[in-house]
Amino acid sequence: MSEPISALNHASYDGIATVEETGLQGMITLRGDLSDKVLAKAVKDATGKKMPGQREALVDGQTGVCWMSTDELLVLVPYADVEAKLAAMTNALSGTHALAVNVSDARAVFQISGMKAREVLGKLAPVELSAEAFQPGQIRRSRLAQVAGAFWMDDDQTFRVVCFRSAADYVFKLLKVAAQPGSEVGVY
Amino acid sequence: MLILNCPYCGVDAEETELAAGGEAHLKRFGPGSSDNEFHDYLFMRENPRGVHFERWRHSNGCGKWFHAARCTQTLEVFGTYSAQTTEPPQEIKDAITAKRPGWKWRDYE
Repeated sequence: MSEPISALNHASYDGIATVEETGLQGMITLRGDLSDKVLAKAVKDATGKKMPGQREALVDGQTGVCWMSTDELLVLVPYADVEAKLAAMTNALSGTHALAVNVSDARAVFQISGMKAREVLGKLAPVELSAEAFQPGQIRRSRLAQVAGAFWMDDDQTFRVVCFRSAADYVFKLLKVAAQPGSEVGVY
Repeated sequence: MLILNCPYCGVDAEETELAAGGEAHLKRFGPGSSDNEFHDYLFMRENPRGVHFERWRHSNGCGKWFHAARCTQTLEVFGTYSAQTTEPPQEIKDAITAKRPGWKWRDYE
């Protein structure tokens, strides 16, 4: 079996913020009734996290769970564990009206870090990204210029951005342009 | 720029994050209906200057469909509400009445 690599294989760029493709990240899309206790337990067993509330992202590094919509969660696990976690989850959810699918290889993940990280993303997404409005613990699904993307914050100066793998190159180029030296806007 | 609050994810989403889905609360006339009813269902749409009800989809977001009541003349938004309904809820009608007394849209007023 050939070794799996991520879309851009850790490409990075240094500008007013550092943009880096973070490599492989295990991701499971889980759909079902989020108020179901069986579902909540399956999430807890896989990630150690409780069921997130509306637009909450409970993430530590490569493990966590994000609220995607009223009936959808994004479960994050280390890439190497994804098959085992998915099997355990599918087993726990048998008999429940729910669906868990491994989408790890359909996605690309970027990290934007630095003092100006908010500005870089603010240029691309129609989202209020001031420190009062957007903080660690929240997730926002939106668009990055012309493609869909979701992002949350690891800490006050670090964003994690998820997009479709097929759009990874486009998003990386967008982020590079948005992070060009001298392109600070100074709003955040 | 139109900004609608998505009733599912609670986000104030601006127009470019949404996809317009045309007029709201259409009643389908399918097999068994008369030609006139079917014609009206297919082609006859409201095109008001003022209060209007529309369907929108939070396409670059949670992906859910929802309804919005707004004014086509001023872009004022009276409210957004769940897609799981066949007519505007009373609080939306009240909100419109407060700002546009005597409004009428199809059979609602």
